[in-house]
Amino acid sequence: MIGFISYLVNGISLGSVYAIIALGYTMVYGIAKMLNFAHGDVIMVGAFVVFSTVSGMGLPPVIGILISVAVCTVLGVVIERVAYKPLRHASKLAVLITAIGVSYFLQNMALLIYGANTKSFTSVVTVPPITLADGALVISGETIVTVIACIIIMIGLMAFMKYSKSGRAMLAVSEDSGAAQLMGVNVNSTIALTFAIGSALAAIAGVLLCSSYPSLTPYTGSMPGIKAFVAAVFGGIGSIPGAFIGGILLGVIEILGRAYISSQLSDAIVFAVLIIVLLVKPTGILGKQIQEKV
Amino acid sequence: MKMRNLSKTTRSNLITYGMVIAAYIIVEIFLRADMVSSLMEGLLVPLCVYVILAVSLNLTVGISGELSLGHAGFMCVGAFAGATFSKCVEEVITSSLLRFPLAILVGTAAAALFGILVGIPVLRLKGDYLAIVTLAFGEIIKNVVNVIYLGRDSRGFHISIKDTVSLGLEDDGEVIIKGAQGITGTPNDSTFLIGIILILITLFIVINLINSRTGRAIMAIRDNRIAAESIGVNVTRYKLLAFAVSAALAGTAGVLYAHNLSTLTALPKNFGYNMSITILVFVVLGGIGNIRGSVIAAVVLTLLPELLRSLNDYRMLIYAVILIATMIFTSSQGGQEIQERIKLFFKRRKTKEA
Amino acid sequence: MKKALSLLLVGAMTLSLAACGSNSDDSAATDSTTAEESTTTEASDSEGSGEAVFRIGGIGPTTGSAAVYGTAVERGAQIAVDEINAAGGINGYQIEFNFQDDENDAERSVNAYNTLKDWGMQILMGTVTSTPCVAVVENTHEDNMFQITPSGTAVECIQYPNAYRMCFSDPNQGTESAKYIGENGLASTVAVIYDSSDVYSTGIYEAFAEEAANQGIEIVNVAAFTADNNTDFSVQVQQARDAGAELLFMPFYYTEASLVLAECNSQGYEPIFFGCDGMDGILAVENFDTALAEDLMYLAPFVATSEDEQVQSFVTAYQEAYDEVPNQFAADAYDSIYVIKAALEGAGATPDMSVSDLCDAMTAAMADVTYSGVTGKDITWGEDGEPNKAPLVLQIKDGVAVEL
Repeated sequence: MIGFISYLVNGISLGSVYAIIALGYTMVYGIAKMLNFAHGDVIMVGAFVVFSTVSGMGLPPVIGILISVAVCTVLGVVIERVAYKPLRHASKLAVLITAIGVSYFLQNMALLIYGANTKSFTSVVTVPPITLADGALVISGETIVTVIACIIIMIGLMAFMKYSKSGRAMLAVSEDSGAAQLMGVNVNSTIALTFAIGSALAAIAGVLLCSSYPSLTPYTGSMPGIKAFVAAVFGGIGSIPGAFIGGILLGVIEILGRAYISSQLSDAIVFAVLIIVLLVKPTGILGKQIQEKV
Repeated sequence: MKMRNLSKTTRSNLITYGMVIAAYIIVEIFLRADMVSSLMEGLLVPLCVYVILAVSLNLTVGISGELSLGHAGFMCVGAFAGATFSKCVEEVITSSLLRFPLAILVGTAAAALFGILVGIPVLRLKGDYLAIVTLAFGEIIKNVVNVIYLGRDSRGFHISIKDTVSLGLEDDGEVIIKGAQGITGTPNDSTFLIGIILILITLFIVINLINSRTGRAIMAIRDNRIAAESIGVNVTRYKLLAFAVSAALAGTAGVLYAHNLSTLTALPKNFGYNMSITILVFVVLGGIGNIRGSVIAAVVLTLLPELLRSLNDYRMLIYAVILIATMIFTSSQGGQEIQERIKLFFKRRKTKEA
Repeated sequence: MKKALSLLLVGAMTLSLAACGSNSDDSAATDSTTAEESTTTEASDSEGSGEAVFRIGGIGPTTGSAAVYGTAVERGAQIAVDEINAAGGINGYQIEFNFQDDENDAERSVNAYNTLKDWGMQILMGTVTSTPCVAVVENTHEDNMFQITPSGTAVECIQYPNAYRMCFSDPNQGTESAKYIGENGLASTVAVIYDSSDVYSTGIYEAFAEEAANQGIEIVNVAAFTADNNTDFSVQVQQARDAGAELLFMPFYYTEASLVLAECNSQGYEPIFFGCDGMDGILAVENFDTALAEDLMYLAPFVATSEDEQVQSFVTAYQEAYDEVPNQFAADAYDSIYVIKAALEGAGATPDMSVSDLCDAMTAAMADVTYSGVTGKDITWGEDGEPNKAPLVLQIKDGVAVEL
């Protein structure tokens, strides 16, 4: 029993990392209606910035995270401006391929700058772990912080969507960008803002990802990126609470599958569950019903 | 008007076939004259593999209009089925001329079967959801292939998903698929000539399918599903047909791939979603629905990283930049305007196709 | 628009074909183009390109997720090449070294091999990783080219008589590990975590499991992970802990090992950690908390901190050139180049010999080669191409690897 609970905790821990990445994914997808394959790589950039500033230059973690958020925000806006904006009216596929190009670009850029050697990331989390049941159950500080950060970001995003002017502009653009433009919403700047927020979230996700799993390479972001994308689809892509639920569920399924079925087939299990969910409910768990669709 | 259109497509198709045959003849002449670098010689079969993959994916993406990110999964099925077959019958059928076509049939059939199995549930979905589910299937296939252990001894075949020890082979037994280590020692049966023949067969199947009643039905579904359905087109059947044919051809490419190298492993690199995306890039850059474009793009983009070899670490970076630049140039409004201007400059016919 | 695009593509293709064509037409011209940027040696040695030189090629991943191994091999080999050239070359001839990327992919590796052939490669030092090596060895066998892999550990890597190995093979390491654990009575219950998507890791695990039975070691839990899933080890570690294993056997690379050690630490699990030569380099991971790896034991052919003179001079040269401590991949590559030198000298070979003649002469000479280098002393090679050398068992004490 304690074993099961422990796996569950590990699952939530992994899931919260997926969730925080998925929030950024779903945000961009919901408004710009594009699969930003490069999101995972922005996460990697965010983590590298913190690595350079905190471990390399010895700045305090808070400053490092702020710099990282700033860098990623700018990066997100630049990417949008250079690579995606010219393709606003092009086919979906063209945008997808461009996003893949951006992803390769960021990976290889990082490879040139930092080299291929794995870097060990020092956790920025100082919260002590909680030990229960005589050490049989340990909840790490990283897990606690990630889950809390995730919930705060989720609530913050939902409130932003509902109450702020730019948030409502985003909603309008996501519903119908043509009509929104006619109503005086600046579509371009709204989408740029979406990328800015999405990339800022990616920076935070990168820090938390690497705090939980302290290894950093130019390819660190790609697999979690794909998994988070799956999580976003799982929860109903475009839905903010959906991304959170999808992420947590995905993490739990992955860990339980690995623990009780097969450690080699855990990915297959995750993807199989995704397929089943989509076949039963083709828009994901929280697709459609939720009105706060971003 | 109709006649002219028809003859135009026929002519265009003939050019496509002609191009492939001409490429073969030219390369063959160079080969005879010993003027082809080893690198090019080694690339010939892979080029055929990628051309077949691109053309077959174009059937799904371009003609049927479904974004599939799991094409490499079918290639994987074909590769492993074909290689397993070859390994099993290597001693019985010694002539590669007989063995290889059989291996191709086995691989193609296996991939077609998977195409149907995957297609039935997947094709109920649309757009990005379909993309992610095909990606998921591709990853599942790769993942499962990685844990399969298959051995053979005097008592027949043994299969396990744990390790070689649990196969419980007799002393004379031989491990055919060794989990993540895959299959080693596949006979090198792939040749450039067979590759070219397979390309021609692939082109023949795809082009005829497009220009047939079935093809028109498939494109009608792509353009307007409801309208097609309302005039009595069996949507599921046609979509599935296109998907299965596409999968089968990917399987063919897989067999060719497997018999070109003596080692076959299902790594993220060669059968993962990255490969599916690479093939998708060929299709998109070659022009969605444009078969000849797929052929050319597959050749150019496979050669490109090899030709950029001397740039070492910068080459993947340059590949990425070329990818982004090409997409912006061909698909953005600004890029299209520039193209128009270039066209005007060359005083080409001012047809507004795009 | 489509037309314009296809015209563009056709143009590009013609260009590329032309480029390829010219490659073969004039191999000297190719030299200058490939050599220009590909390796740094050429620049210094190119004035000698009119004279006969030995052309040694290298293949390994310098991009992609396995780039760290390829880069280390390239650098290690470079040090050896520079040293040999400075000391007057082999049999009086200089060496040119050209290293090509294969992204750890069998197909690209064969492409790299063909590129090197176009360059005029006579001897291959490669490939770095196992799967590509199994593919490339088919080609070297066909061309009868002498090949020595610094770090391709799979058995099939050197299945032909023209191929040799510098490192230990997978089964060799698995068996040695089990023997060491059994003979020294380190533990009676062992848990294994291994990378099921990796040939190296699976090979060691299988041999280990076999030998463990002979040594009376009980394997209480086996958990695998895959290349796609190599960040979260919570389940594997918990299973090992719940099974009550006294020793955790980790036959995989240090990248993942650093994560496993961190996970064990956070779960408060403290078994004896035992790894293989892939563990070498863990102390060099930038920013790694070496306290986590305290008491870790592993098999290795090479310790950078050894007081051996050869090792010290290699480590110093490497640090001067690349500002980092060389790992075993670099060391294996360094030795590989010297072994090639030994074989060439033994055969009395000259660069004007054909590839095939060189290979025959070198394989004949290899039987008598006894080599002492940075990864072992008095190494000899059997007919099968396997080196006879004893692995060292190292343990990390106070953040430094010491020989046991």
